[in-house]
Amino acid sequence: MTILLNGKDHDAPEGATVIALLETVGLAPGRVAVEVNGRVVRRDDFSRVALSEHDRVEVVQFVGGG
Amino acid sequence: MTSDTLTIAGKSYASRLIVGTGKYPGFEVMRRAIEASGASLVTVAVRRVDLSRRGGESLLDHLDARATTLLPNTAGCYTADDAVRTARLAREAGLSDLIKLEVIGDEKTLFPDNEGLLQATRTLVKEGFIVLPYTNDDVVVARKLRDAGAAAVMPLAAPIGSGLGLQNPANLRILLEAIRDIPVIVDAGVGTPSDAALVMEMGADGVLMNTGIAGAGDPVKMARGMRLAVEAGRLAYEAGRVPRKLYATASSPIEGIVR
Repeated sequence: MTILLNGKDHDAPEGATVIALLETVGLAPGRVAVEVNGRVVRRDDFSRVALSEHDRVEVVQFVGGG
Repeated sequence: MTSDTLTIAGKSYASRLIVGTGKYPGFEVMRRAIEASGASLVTVAVRRVDLSRRGGESLLDHLDARATTLLPNTAGCYTADDAVRTARLAREAGLSDLIKLEVIGDEKTLFPDNEGLLQATRTLVKEGFIVLPYTNDDVVVARKLRDAGAAAVMPLAAPIGSGLGLQNPANLRILLEAIRDIPVIVDAGVGTPSDAALVMEMGADGVLMNTGIAGAGDPVKMARGMRLAVEAGRLAYEAGRVPRKLYATASSPIEGIVR
């Protein structure tokens, strides 16, 4: 299925969970925050929330800023 | 409040200087500059992970988790909705309710959008955030932010990154007179230690800066300069300065002069 990951099309296996998505893109879950279709997904729920076709997923982290 | 600590929403921080983490030439300089600044509150931004660049160094690897508390910002947000969304993500990433709230209204000046700022403050306060809004030096807006539940107000001295120093001392003085129950932290526009000392002498509870340190020729030295300036300014405020007089008053006794 295709999801929109950080503004770009991304191929993910059908029903992939948030944690599975993070693993495939090589991100440790401890330092990122995830939003699916405009709603924040709690870290505890990363392994429970399954993604669907066309979901809009944002994965963010802290960077330098003022 | 004593010289050394800044209290926000009941929690004390070891320094009245808050520093940013942007624009440094490298992480090592940043780490040393933050250490030299003595700051315990450190701002960070929230951005999309660049998925094309894997295994890059993380900012958090270079911040002393025991000595610093992260203060995430909503920089780059132009609507209340975007700022609220970014704040929610920041809370999840950092597991803390602190947020430096920015809702920008103009690209060239990066001046705040007061209407959006108030709206976002109200929403985030309801959600339990400790909201520190970046605002202009307008006492009316500052009062509204306070009444909306902001934990501090953070008026600008000058546009973000401009290094112009305090542009409107009268406005800041009025704001400091009106806002007594929550901290007033001067955020943005401080270019040099004398700028920081000046606002602290006027009674600001703290100063937040990024470019003034990160953009300096030697950020580590400048960080130490800013630390000393903030401390010096605060001490002067607490001590109470002498009145300004037009004419001289002798410092030595006028009696007993050898004639």
